[in-house]
Amino acid sequence: MVYFLQQLLNGLQLGFVYALIALGYTMVYGIVRLINFAHGDVFMVGAYLGFFALAVYHYPFPLAILFAMAGCALLGVIIERLAYRPLRNAPRISALITAIGVSLFLEYFSSLKFVFGPNYLAYPRPFEVCIYQLGSVCISNIQILVIGVALFLLLFLQLIVKKTKTGMAMRAVSYDKDTAKLMGINVDYIISITFGIGSALAGAGGILYGIAYPQIHPFMGIMPGLKAFVAAVLGGIGSIPGAMLGAVIMGIIETMCSAYISSTMRDAFAFAILIVVLLVKPSGLLGKREVEKV
Amino acid sequence: MGLILGPFAVIMVLISLGILNPYWTQIIQFALIITISSLGLNLIYGYTGQFSLGHAAFYGLGAYCSAFITKNLHWGYFSFIIGLLSAISLVVVVSFLIGLPILRLKSDYLGIATLGFGIIVKVLLDNADALIPPLGGSRGMLGIPKFTSFPLTYLFFVIAIIVIRNFVFSNVGRACISIREDDIAADCVGVNTTKYKTLGFVFGSVFAGVAGVLYAHLYSFLHPSNFDFLKSIDVLLIVVLGGLGSISGTVIAAIIWTFLLEGLRVVLPPQILDWRLVIYPLLLIIIMVLRPMGLGSGMEFKFLRTSNDKRER
Repeated sequence: MVYFLQQLLNGLQLGFVYALIALGYTMVYGIVRLINFAHGDVFMVGAYLGFFALAVYHYPFPLAILFAMAGCALLGVIIERLAYRPLRNAPRISALITAIGVSLFLEYFSSLKFVFGPNYLAYPRPFEVCIYQLGSVCISNIQILVIGVALFLLLFLQLIVKKTKTGMAMRAVSYDKDTAKLMGINVDYIISITFGIGSALAGAGGILYGIAYPQIHPFMGIMPGLKAFVAAVLGGIGSIPGAMLGAVIMGIIETMCSAYISSTMRDAFAFAILIVVLLVKPSGLLGKREVEKV
Repeated sequence: MGLILGPFAVIMVLISLGILNPYWTQIIQFALIITISSLGLNLIYGYTGQFSLGHAAFYGLGAYCSAFITKNLHWGYFSFIIGLLSAISLVVVVSFLIGLPILRLKSDYLGIATLGFGIIVKVLLDNADALIPPLGGSRGMLGIPKFTSFPLTYLFFVIAIIVIRNFVFSNVGRACISIREDDIAADCVGVNTTKYKTLGFVFGSVFAGVAGVLYAHLYSFLHPSNFDFLKSIDVLLIVVLGGLGSISGTVIAAIIWTFLLEGLRVVLPPQILDWRLVIYPLLLIIIMVLRPMGLGSGMEFKFLRTSNDKRER
């Protein structure tokens, strides 16, 4: 039982990191219907920016996370401007292929020697690890930090989307782009903002991931990126609570599978569950069913 | 006929004269193998409109199945034939079982489900040695007999083109195209969409399986990472760059794609060789931004068109 609770906690930690990435996917998909394959690599860039902030410039942790988030937000906006905006009215598959191109570009450009280099780097921790005893379950300050920061950012995002004018515009654009334009919303600006916020969250996810699993390399974004996307689909893409729910489920399944079955099989289980959920509920757990139009 | 035999004769002469060294011959064969696999995906995505991101899984299943058989049977080319037939049967069974439920999903959701299937197959191949040790698991499978030669690959390439062309212009192919255009409308006029979607999917996957068989016996070494998610993406890139639903486009894009990746290796000076894989995605982005429909969309060589098409033009 203690072992189970311990694994549950580890699963939550992983799940909240996935949630930060999944939110970017779900927001972007909700607005422009694009699977932004490069999102996982923005997460990787966030981890590297955090690495430089902590290990090279010796920033304190709160400043480092802001640095990573700002850097990634900028990157996200630039990617949108250069690679996706020209394809706004092209077939969706062209935008998808472009996203794959951007993803490969970020991976291989980052592994060039004068950028980040191809090697694995050990991640610096901003403070000593200490472990607290909660009954018979151990919780480390790293876990508290990861879950705490992630929860804070998620609530903050919910607040932006629900309470601010920009958030309202974002919801309007995702509902109907053309009508939103008629209502005087600057659609291009809103899409840029969405990419910026989503990428900033991925950047925060990157630095938290680096602190929790202290090793980074230029290709680290592929798998977490895919899984976060799967989490967004699992929860019902376009829905912010859905992305969080899906991500936490993914994190827990993965950790439980490593703990009880086999760590090499965990990806297979995660994706098998995705397929089953899609077959039973094609729009995801919290997604709305789309009406078929003839 | 000349178009089929011409390139074959030219390459055979170049090989026998020693102008094409074994390295380049191997690359030509690899290009043809990728073409066969891409033609399969073009059938699934380009003609039937079903977005599949798990094509490499069938490529891998075919490769592993056939390699396992030829490694254990020592009957020369006869064991290759048995390996090929069993690989095809395995791919048919698996793609049917996975396609029947999964193809109810639409567009991106289908893509994600097939992507998941591809990753599951890759993980299973990684762990295959726990059940069947000769498959090698994550260490890779060694010592597969080399059967794939240039004439053999070329033969399969030609067969693939002829089969696809005839499929597309058959009644079944027309049903598939109607599903691509609008599956609800196709359903309304009496096309059994489930049947034809599954048929197209199984048929397209068989091409991937055959390509896998040729691949396994070309390099005589298999590793699960040769069949991961990125390999499915490669084929998707080729199909989209070539133009959806264009046989000639797919063939040309597959060959250009292979030679671009290898050509950059030869052309670039060693100091900036690392840039090879940076230039390639940049080219991809630029091509897509400039020509969003793919390079050869709607274009087809004359001998691949039907008499109907000719009348229209």
